[in-house]
Amino acid sequence: MAWLLFAVYFVYALSRLELTPARFLAGLDYGYKFLTKLFPPDFHRWDLLLKGLKESLEIAIIASVLGLMVSLPVSLLAARNLMPAWVTWPARLVMVICRSFHPVIIAILFVKAVGFGALAGILALTVASLGFLGKLFTEAIEEISLKQVEAVRATGAPFMSVIAYGVLPQVFSRFIGFASYELDSNLRNSTMVGIVGAGGIGGTLFAAFQRFDYDFVCAIILSIIGMIIVGEVLTNAMKKVFRA
Amino acid sequence: MEQNAAPAALAIRGLVKAYVRGKPVLNGITLDIASNGITAIIGPSGTGKSTLIRCINRLVEPTSGEIIFEGRNLATLNRRDLRAARRQIGMVFQEYNLVERLTVMENVLSGRLGYVTPFKAWLRRFPQSDIKEAYALLETVGLTAHAHARADALSGGQRQRVGIARALMQRPKLLLADEPTSSLDPKTSVEIMTLMRDLSGDRGIPAIVNIHNVELARRFATRIVGLSGGAVVFDGAPDALSDTYLKQIYGGESWLDGDGS
Repeated sequence: MAWLLFAVYFVYALSRLELTPARFLAGLDYGYKFLTKLFPPDFHRWDLLLKGLKESLEIAIIASVLGLMVSLPVSLLAARNLMPAWVTWPARLVMVICRSFHPVIIAILFVKAVGFGALAGILALTVASLGFLGKLFTEAIEEISLKQVEAVRATGAPFMSVIAYGVLPQVFSRFIGFASYELDSNLRNSTMVGIVGAGGIGGTLFAAFQRFDYDFVCAIILSIIGMIIVGEVLTNAMKKVFRA
Repeated sequence: MEQNAAPAALAIRGLVKAYVRGKPVLNGITLDIASNGITAIIGPSGTGKSTLIRCINRLVEPTSGEIIFEGRNLATLNRRDLRAARRQIGMVFQEYNLVERLTVMENVLSGRLGYVTPFKAWLRRFPQSDIKEAYALLETVGLTAHAHARADALSGGQRQRVGIARALMQRPKLLLADEPTSSLDPKTSVEIMTLMRDLSGDRGIPAIVNIHNVELARRFATRIVGLSGGAVVFDGAPDALSDTYLKQIYGGESWLDGDGS
């Protein structure tokens, strides 16, 4: 029954959006023309390209580090097994708000708040990182063995030492995994916030699109793919170093 | 009782703990613990042995009553004073409760966390004297070769030895052990109890040990306290613990015949 309803809705949605075979064929035609314009890629303005990529990389790394630094204390506050409800509630609320919006929407807000440029991008991705890392960290902390924490507490250790000896060793390797995943995600997002003026290669890409410089667009896209691959190799290396 | 020649290291007065209001697990326990020897606490599962031990260092908050240690009532201490009191009370756990991902050495040193500042703890900077003492303790419990192995690489008996070393690292004035042998095989259990008796004897640290195994209690304790229904029903020397008392503590008698049922 549920499946039937879903099928009916699917057909209804298709008809509402006027997705007819004719429209699809027309789309294919546009696509073909676009592809021919993309190639060959034009790397003439490599200085502009490099500047954008560098800015994106900087935004991603700075935002990841800041996000990590903010997420650690906030996730400790949000962990229900360590903190009373009146502390976890506000901390969770902050993270939910940070996670509610797509990074691009947060970037638009920050562009309005602090003006165009990389600062807005850094702030936007920091907020997004807090929302995401904070949630993952909190869940990891809530899964730890409290017996180990209890033993450290029984030695008369002050709270911060209990964290250092009873909690962090249990979650450290998972945190490294999450943080490298977030860096990866920030690398991708940092290429996008530029579209709304928050710095990085996205701005260059958007400008090229609007000027119909499709061969330059192609060069930018290829470079972004290259950067993401390099980033992946780096984060994998980072994981290996810390797992050892 | 006759063992009250030495001054009490710990005095428990009218201790009550009710996890659910009106249903106390511990129903007014009063005990004096002498300043030496091993006091074994026996009793059926669920009678509050663990709760009693955990109330002493307030891993469980007592509902009412007094716990007098070093001239202060632990039950009413604020967090800061409680931490200072906990530093002097070593604890050994049933499931060892080592921090699995830290090394044996780090686990032993964590016994000193009450004495070093959090800043130094984060940097793993312990005084040289502590490090020396930790090595000496590891040698005493026979684990020198494993000092830099991770705790989760050890066997049960080895982990409990680390647990004992961690507790002694605090230079405690009282040792609590919550079922220290219940997760171990019979031979290892005897080894662990021997180690606890020898070390607490050598250092003059009184120990309170929850224990399931009546034979081990008889063999290693200088005093046995029988709990049943949240109250003390036997308190005396091991050879005074007759079958009559065991029936009273555990209830029934068919289990004493040895043919099982």
